[in-house]
Amino acid sequence: MADALIEMHGIVKTYPGVAALDGVDFSLSAGEIHALVGENGAGKSTLIKILTGAERRDRGTVRLGGTEIEPRTPVQAQRLGIATVYQEVNLIPDLTVAENILLGREPRSRLGAIRWGEMVRQAQQVVDKLGLHVDVAEPLRAHSIAVQQMIAVARAIDQQARVLVLDEPTSSLDATETAQLFALMRRLRKAGMGIIFITHFLDQVYEVSDRITILRGGRLVGTHVTGELPRLSLVARMLGKSVEDVSQTAARRERTTDGEQRECLRASGLFKRNAVQSFDLSLKASEVLGLAGLLGSGRTEVVRLLFGIDQRDGGELSINGESIGHHSPRRAIKAGMALTPEDRRAAGLVPHLSVRENMLLALQGAKGWARRVSVREQQAIADRYVRALSISTPDIEKPVSQLSGGNQQKVILARWLLMEPTILMLDEPTRGIDIGAKEQIESLIDELRSKGMALIFISGELDEVVRVSQRIMVLRDRAPVGELTGENLNTHAVMRQIAGEAAGQAHA
Amino acid sequence: MRRSLAQLIWPLVALALLLVFNAVESPSFFHVQFVNGRLSGAAIDVLNQGAPVMLLALGMTLVIGTGGIDLSVGAVMAVAGALAAKLLHLEAPVVLAVAAALGACVAAGIWNGGLVTVAGIPPIVATLIFMVAGRGIAQLITDGQIITINPDSPFTTIGRGVIGGLPVPIVIALTAAIVIAAIVRLTSLGVFIEAIGGNEEASRYAGLNVRWIRLSVYAIMGLLAGLAGLIDTADIAAADANNSGLYLELDAILAVVIGGTALTGGRFSLLGALVGAIIIQTLSTTILMTTFRGQSVPPEFNLVIKAIVVLMVCLLQSGELRRMVLRARGARA
Repeated sequence: MADALIEMHGIVKTYPGVAALDGVDFSLSAGEIHALVGENGAGKSTLIKILTGAERRDRGTVRLGGTEIEPRTPVQAQRLGIATVYQEVNLIPDLTVAENILLGREPRSRLGAIRWGEMVRQAQQVVDKLGLHVDVAEPLRAHSIAVQQMIAVARAIDQQARVLVLDEPTSSLDATETAQLFALMRRLRKAGMGIIFITHFLDQVYEVSDRITILRGGRLVGTHVTGELPRLSLVARMLGKSVEDVSQTAARRERTTDGEQRECLRASGLFKRNAVQSFDLSLKASEVLGLAGLLGSGRTEVVRLLFGIDQRDGGELSINGESIGHHSPRRAIKAGMALTPEDRRAAGLVPHLSVRENMLLALQGAKGWARRVSVREQQAIADRYVRALSISTPDIEKPVSQLSGGNQQKVILARWLLMEPTILMLDEPTRGIDIGAKEQIESLIDELRSKGMALIFISGELDEVVRVSQRIMVLRDRAPVGELTGENLNTHAVMRQIAGEAAGQAHA
Repeated sequence: MRRSLAQLIWPLVALALLLVFNAVESPSFFHVQFVNGRLSGAAIDVLNQGAPVMLLALGMTLVIGTGGIDLSVGAVMAVAGALAAKLLHLEAPVVLAVAAALGACVAAGIWNGGLVTVAGIPPIVATLIFMVAGRGIAQLITDGQIITINPDSPFTTIGRGVIGGLPVPIVIALTAAIVIAAIVRLTSLGVFIEAIGGNEEASRYAGLNVRWIRLSVYAIMGLLAGLAGLIDTADIAAADANNSGLYLELDAILAVVIGGTALTGGRFSLLGALVGAIIIQTLSTTILMTTFRGQSVPPEFNLVIKAIVVLMVCLLQSGELRRMVLRARGARA
């Protein structure tokens, strides 16, 4: 494009041991909305951080309007005209809209006092220009998240911005609110601004963007004009597959489950507003149900509802024949359920407790504080699982934080396996762990299933889900869009459903 | 056990240094005599007068272990004293007065824990409320007067009595330490507290009853503060709602920190907190006993000297500072 606003060329960024970006090119034109997409670890956020001065590149050039720039801080980038709005609104809820918009650059009198009247006038001008109907004298918290997000945009672009970066701005917005934000983006595009739009929602990419740049594993997969890139190709490229690759991942085992098997889990019409739309789900013993979908598609939200981390807004749930009213993890565990969470640091491990104490936490929690498992018994159990899962730790008394990612994951697996659950839910159990540990976890899933356990398996790696599961439920934009079993279960079919191209699965 | 001993090394070094200083400066410090069926001497006085802070520090360790804090313990002490004195004044039996006072303090602890767990108020704010309200309640109970207790009442035994040669406050504090340690370490309560303080979210995912555990920790704290308040009131045979337990919450928190328990929660050390409480009391006694050029240290120096010593203990424990020193030395080499 002739009037390139931003040109990034050959960007390289290496963190100790990992190449986060490996020779990535990216360009943004004035009057363009450019979607930046990719799965976990694709390098989107690193690229944005380099552009906005939060990180510094190791190699490569960044040009803004033809001049090479190297912002060292977000403030410098801001001064150069690159404004960023993050997913979480970075404003102060208790201040007024006007104070938020002009924070740090309030109009002042000669004596240094803030000119409040002038401030309100200026701020009102800014929001009016954006077509927002907001009284700037009201506190920010009086407004919806969508409006707060737009006020963040107003604040960002008021500082003579030519480039606006929107990092997942829609993840906490509902449909109407998203539409409002898109209208604003289109107005800004018309005014000649270049907008970089990061999102996990493919529908939104197609609705609003002019071009799409796809990153995968720190490399550039390609930049395409949105109208010329079919959804299926987009999904295939994000996931590192080729569309022609219809070769079905070989079914290693019997795909169909025995019809006689007992139903362990049934959910009907389960939903939670702003998390996941109504879904039905049934799970039998000796079955692995895979949940597939892109990041943010609602996979994690489904298992959080099933395990009682979040309360549902509606729908029925029964676990092992027991109807569940008010739900909680304690309730779920009592009914025979277990969940290894997606974020093992935040929700799995207690870092300074030992391997043994971490393993025994759920069992002890279920028994209650007074009925303590004796230390000798604890040691025996921990030793057994260290051996069974080949966890490499010199000592079961070592703080779990000193173990590698794969071994930490196995400690959490052990925590639940020793509870002998009938339903085991694994949310991204293989993320960020080495190949060897991955294979061990996969064959463990097989083994557990053949012993009669019912499992739910979530992974961002399609091949893995297809290999491990008997049945796959596909989610897109926080709603179930289809289910695949038997003959139809292959990566291509899953990809088509994720992309929303499956017949009769048209999605608004 | 190895780990907790390693943690204890710096507080113990500090205590040892203080004791060595005393041994040199005022040899009478270690002069313990058996007089009238009672052990007496400066070293015994330290433990006797330190008993209330030791009790508070035990409970505070558990509260801080869950990642919380309790600022109300001084006020709870005042409530215990005021209620017991008032009931004795109304000629209630001693047992009833003691039971009512302790019951009220457990209720205060449950109130604090409820605000934290059910209402979701941050512990520092939730307990600040009772820090103010509790002293107010104590003043209402005593009508703003100091209620004196008949010095011959068996109630005063709690503060002045002797069991097996040991002053009763020491016996109470040591018994409480053993009971609390047993409850916490022989059951799973200790690990649960450490898990919640270490990662509350993960504890919830693992199915721990987070609310109940936090609530019970504040209740235990209330009970221990009540005991401390009874000792204080029985010792002076009077309930002084304005001054009983005043600022002792700060001494208790300090004792816990000196003992090596992080204010952010997680791993905690009951023994460390006891050592911390003893250090604080030893310091006060040391300052009183030390003479400088034949004169005793003027009392107005007490708090400043105390602050300096506490600062040094905390700096000794700071991993950050040790790393800085090591780096500086490495740079010079």
